[in-house]
Amino acid sequence: YRWPLDEAGDGQRLEHLASKVLQNARCYSVSHLSVQERIEKKRKAALTGGGQLRIAAQHKRGKLTARERLELLLDPDSFVEYDMFVEHRCSDFGMEADHNKYPGDSVVTGQGRINGRLVYVFSQDFTVFGGSLSGAHAQKVCKIMDQAMMVGAPVIGLNDSGGARIQEGVESLAGYADIFLRNVMASGVVPQISLIMGPCAGGAVYSPALTDFTFMVKDTSYLFITGPDVVKSVTNEDVTQEELGGAKTHTTVSGVAHRAFENDIDALLNLRDFFNFLPLSNKDPAPVTECHDPRDRLVPGLDTIVPLESTKAYDMLDIVHGIVDEREFFEIMPNYAKNIVVGFARMNGRTVGIVGNQPKVASGCLDINSSVKGARFVRFCDAFNIPIITFVDVPGFLPGTAQEYGGIIRHGAKLLYAFAEATVPKITVITRKAYGGAYDVMSSKHLRGDVNYAWPSAEVAVMGAKGAVQIIFRGKENQAEAEAEYVEKFANPFPAAVRGFVDDIIQPSTTRKRICRDLEVLASKKQTNPWKKHANIPL
Amino acid sequence: SQSVRSFLLIQTVSHKHVCFSKQRCGVIICRYSTVYDPNEKVSLIIRVIKTCKKMGIKTVAVHSDVDSSAVHVKVADEAVCVGPAPTSKSYLNMDAIMNAIKQTGAQAVHPGYGFLSENKEFAKRLAAEGVTFIGPDTHAIQAMGDKIESKLIAKAAKVNTIPGFDGVVKDAEEAVKIAGEIGYPVMIKASAGGGGKGMRIAWNDEETREGFRFSSQEALSSFGDDRLLIEKFIDNPRHIEIQVLADKHGDALWLNERECSIQRRNQKVVEEAPSTFLDPDTRRAMGEQAVSLANAVKYSSAGTVEFLVDSKKNFYFLEMNTRLQVEHPITECITGLDLVQQMIRIAKGYKLQHKQSDIPINGWAVESRVYAEDPYKSFGLPSIGRLSQYQEPLDLPNVRVDSGIQEGSDISIYYDPMISKLVTYGKTREEALKKMEDALDNYVIRGVTHNIPLLREIIVHPRFVSGDISTKFLPEVYPDGFKGHMLTAGERRELLATAAALYVAAQLRSQKFLGDLRVSVVPAESRQWELCVELDKGVHMLGVSRSGNNYTVEIDGEKVEVSGEWNLASALLPITINGKHRTLQCLLRTAAGEISLQYLGTSFKLRVLSNLAASLSKHMPEKVPEDTSSILRSPMPGSVVAVSVKPGDNVAEGQEICVIEAMKMQNSMTAAKTAKVKSVHCKAGDTVGEGDLLVELE
Repeated sequence: YRWPLDEAGDGQRLEHLASKVLQNARCYSVSHLSVQERIEKKRKAALTGGGQLRIAAQHKRGKLTARERLELLLDPDSFVEYDMFVEHRCSDFGMEADHNKYPGDSVVTGQGRINGRLVYVFSQDFTVFGGSLSGAHAQKVCKIMDQAMMVGAPVIGLNDSGGARIQEGVESLAGYADIFLRNVMASGVVPQISLIMGPCAGGAVYSPALTDFTFMVKDTSYLFITGPDVVKSVTNEDVTQEELGGAKTHTTVSGVAHRAFENDIDALLNLRDFFNFLPLSNKDPAPVTECHDPRDRLVPGLDTIVPLESTKAYDMLDIVHGIVDEREFFEIMPNYAKNIVVGFARMNGRTVGIVGNQPKVASGCLDINSSVKGARFVRFCDAFNIPIITFVDVPGFLPGTAQEYGGIIRHGAKLLYAFAEATVPKITVITRKAYGGAYDVMSSKHLRGDVNYAWPSAEVAVMGAKGAVQIIFRGKENQAEAEAEYVEKFANPFPAAVRGFVDDIIQPSTTRKRICRDLEVLASKKQTNPWKKHANIPL
Repeated sequence: SQSVRSFLLIQTVSHKHVCFSKQRCGVIICRYSTVYDPNEKVSLIIRVIKTCKKMGIKTVAVHSDVDSSAVHVKVADEAVCVGPAPTSKSYLNMDAIMNAIKQTGAQAVHPGYGFLSENKEFAKRLAAEGVTFIGPDTHAIQAMGDKIESKLIAKAAKVNTIPGFDGVVKDAEEAVKIAGEIGYPVMIKASAGGGGKGMRIAWNDEETREGFRFSSQEALSSFGDDRLLIEKFIDNPRHIEIQVLADKHGDALWLNERECSIQRRNQKVVEEAPSTFLDPDTRRAMGEQAVSLANAVKYSSAGTVEFLVDSKKNFYFLEMNTRLQVEHPITECITGLDLVQQMIRIAKGYKLQHKQSDIPINGWAVESRVYAEDPYKSFGLPSIGRLSQYQEPLDLPNVRVDSGIQEGSDISIYYDPMISKLVTYGKTREEALKKMEDALDNYVIRGVTHNIPLLREIIVHPRFVSGDISTKFLPEVYPDGFKGHMLTAGERRELLATAAALYVAAQLRSQKFLGDLRVSVVPAESRQWELCVELDKGVHMLGVSRSGNNYTVEIDGEKVEVSGEWNLASALLPITINGKHRTLQCLLRTAAGEISLQYLGTSFKLRVLSNLAASLSKHMPEKVPEDTSSILRSPMPGSVVAVSVKPGDNVAEGQEICVIEAMKMQNSMTAAKTAKVKSVHCKAGDTVGEGDLLVELE
């Protein structure tokens, strides 16, 4: 995607930026001219990072510079930079030489606005020592993280770093740890987002791993503990960077990254969009934006979406798109553990978290990966006051040795734990199957679901009719008859409804209207769990 | 109150009581067969039920297991399930239908369109049970259902017929011989056929052989009867048909003509009544011949006599359809008659209530067949999907939509892809066509590819507007295939301006947070935006300024004023551009600035970026698109009938690789280049989706 604009554009913009900074600086009118000159010189140096050659090289790789990225991410003229004068303090290996000092070092930090809302940002500068992490670099990052937590505003990190600043040795390692500690301290206090826009290897990967969301840029970003060369020397495996830790690997195989975007611009524009879903901190309610979609809109297509044969699949995303505002759904991990669908949407303008079993993939069963994916998402929503809407069509947990040996028991328990622990408004809609333990897990009434609905097609039962009959009437004849009886008794929403396990049986087309109304009521919900140092989720 | 209303209605119409309604139920409505068009059929059924309701007649819908929630089942008074999904076990199962009739005590059957509607056996069995068949009697169906026999009868009744061979053609060689006698070009068609299926045109001996083979295969699979006939092909004709109405007392009327020349693959796309081409004398001559044919076969009920009309207004009998046709509404519009009501009256044995001199031509009516088809591929290859959003333009005056689907319906490969018949009416042709433009612009269909871009282009094309059309209209007007609407410079500016305004409106809204905020929002205050918009590889720098909902967009020194409500949730985007009212549709709007707008029927992809983002775009790596010449993908969903190659084979450019069948049409897939076959990914009998990999070449 190329725009035939004049090549001089970059240089001009940089000049423009520099002159603006200088104008601001002049306002303070310091009397010592020589100091003034030095300030201007430093600022100018900071703005060009590793210099024009390295900037050109960065562009050639299809990547933008740290500052260009911030310009795209933040509202125009909203960026307030910190620590432009910080330099690294290393004096070994000739690092003390002037030409090895870059004002601001290898990261740009500060705060700014996204659609008017406050955010703290750091953007690693690959043009300065390959974006490597020095003590000073870490210190800058820690500073904005500390302030973000005090103020209560999210932190976005744009990662593009070759790793530790080897010349600094343990100083660099200490820096990583300082950041990790703050990632952990900030977890559940302010949303933290990592956007991987270049290499991120070794210890550096653990910062994104600790943040709430990790996004990647296709073809230009990599995440791995050790690169292909080390892999080759240790395990003798031949693997490319892309296969080992590219966007495709992490969004489809490992589940490390939550989504991948086409290129830097696409990623940053999407990140702006995504940011609008999030509250600033755990002290803020889920944001409400202006909404044009009528909250009482009926969705006639939902009345026919669930097929009559209970073995036939349908797309849960069709239900989600039909119900939420303007069919807009920001899906998290769309290509990983596709048997569960999670993501953000809005109902009458208010952010909600959506969790839904996906009958189209593996019948929508719960397995290790889908349980972990769902659990982490539910916990994020709960931590940040985002109501959870759960659509249930689950035939149970996936059987088999692969799952049992992999520990489906403890992984499945994570999702159960997350739903049970959550105190945000929880609305559940059983669209079809809610079988066995999986019924309990999927935000059931018993786990403090606030409003639980069943569609007329709902079947809440211990298991499917065939299996049930084989157990109840083992060795008996007339299995077909018994099966029909079982279907008649259990393959409908009544057994759950008569016990109050679902609050109402609703016409599918009215689902949006009902949920919007419930969310208004539940907006003032207050629920607290018993005091504890912290809970002990089965990790 | 319903009976009172119906009584009044019947009084005003006929002064006679049509008394099916005394019993528990009156008319049984059958939905038949996948051979033709189930969606289309559902729409007819709903159409029939509407008339029955007006007449106070109760209706029963029959349906298969899977259709129990279909629209026709909901609107009928009663519903009976006649079996599982396969049509041979339900809609085509005569025993099940006869049982349904007994069970409900139905006194009459309306057969819908399609297979059983023209089935002699079925009509016989009904007659044996004393159940009224709403439609012509067995004899007429039999006589007219067979093309060879009907031609002989027509000749005897002094109806103009096409020169040709009046018998069954035995094999390909005989076909070549006969073709030589008649003279090329010739038309090879199925004796039992209809709707363009099993029909091929041949210009030489080679094509005759191939046409014979294809037509007999198609005829066999579509109609279970592979008899073919050959006749002279009238080049560049119009297809004009006469609606007739005949009672059981030997009286018959002609209800004027319908112009159905706009066709693709011998299937009608746009129809109108009356025709711009016929003068009163020709009209009368055609009408009288149609009536004399109806009389010759003792026809009763509504029927259609199809003619080919050449440029000198010579007309030739083509065939007679013994059912109510898809395009019947336009005749209803200009004559004011309810054809379904007339059919029911006639079936019950009443005399015609009108004389020929009572039949008017009031105003003009146009019908567009809205299909779930991709018009960019051969003027329409079937597409499938779920109708995620569906809104008919019914709030517009003088617009009628006959459809059998609803939001959420699935369009599958097993059904003909008709979505609806969209009819507009006006005092003049111009008015009817303008209504059609509005109706198409306001028709919301999401989730499947549809042919509205093509329909919208046809009705505004100068040749169509001037009435200069023939059955070759589409290939002549679009010799390289349909490419969508070609924007003029002014239209291009309108489109760019709308996209820019929509982008800014969305940007501004994304800064509007409601409720008490702990940390204040500082929106980026701006009244002026510099944007870069890309459309079809062209890049435009735009200046946008705003005052309320009014946007002024400056493009290349020209100012465009756009205003509207900018409702970002609505599928329709009604706006005023430079004082002109337009309805666009926003099909897509992403965070990355992609905007798809449906404008003048065609959907256009745009990308709107801030100048900053646009200037940085040049650094973004280019993604390499897949080389498609060595890959053969299915252009449509369907099933694989035959695969003619295996890995390692050498194929020449244009050589047949496999045959895909969709909606009973066989399509030959050919190699795009001369190469060796690398791998084959399908086998006969497979079901494939659009874009599925079929064969890879080296």
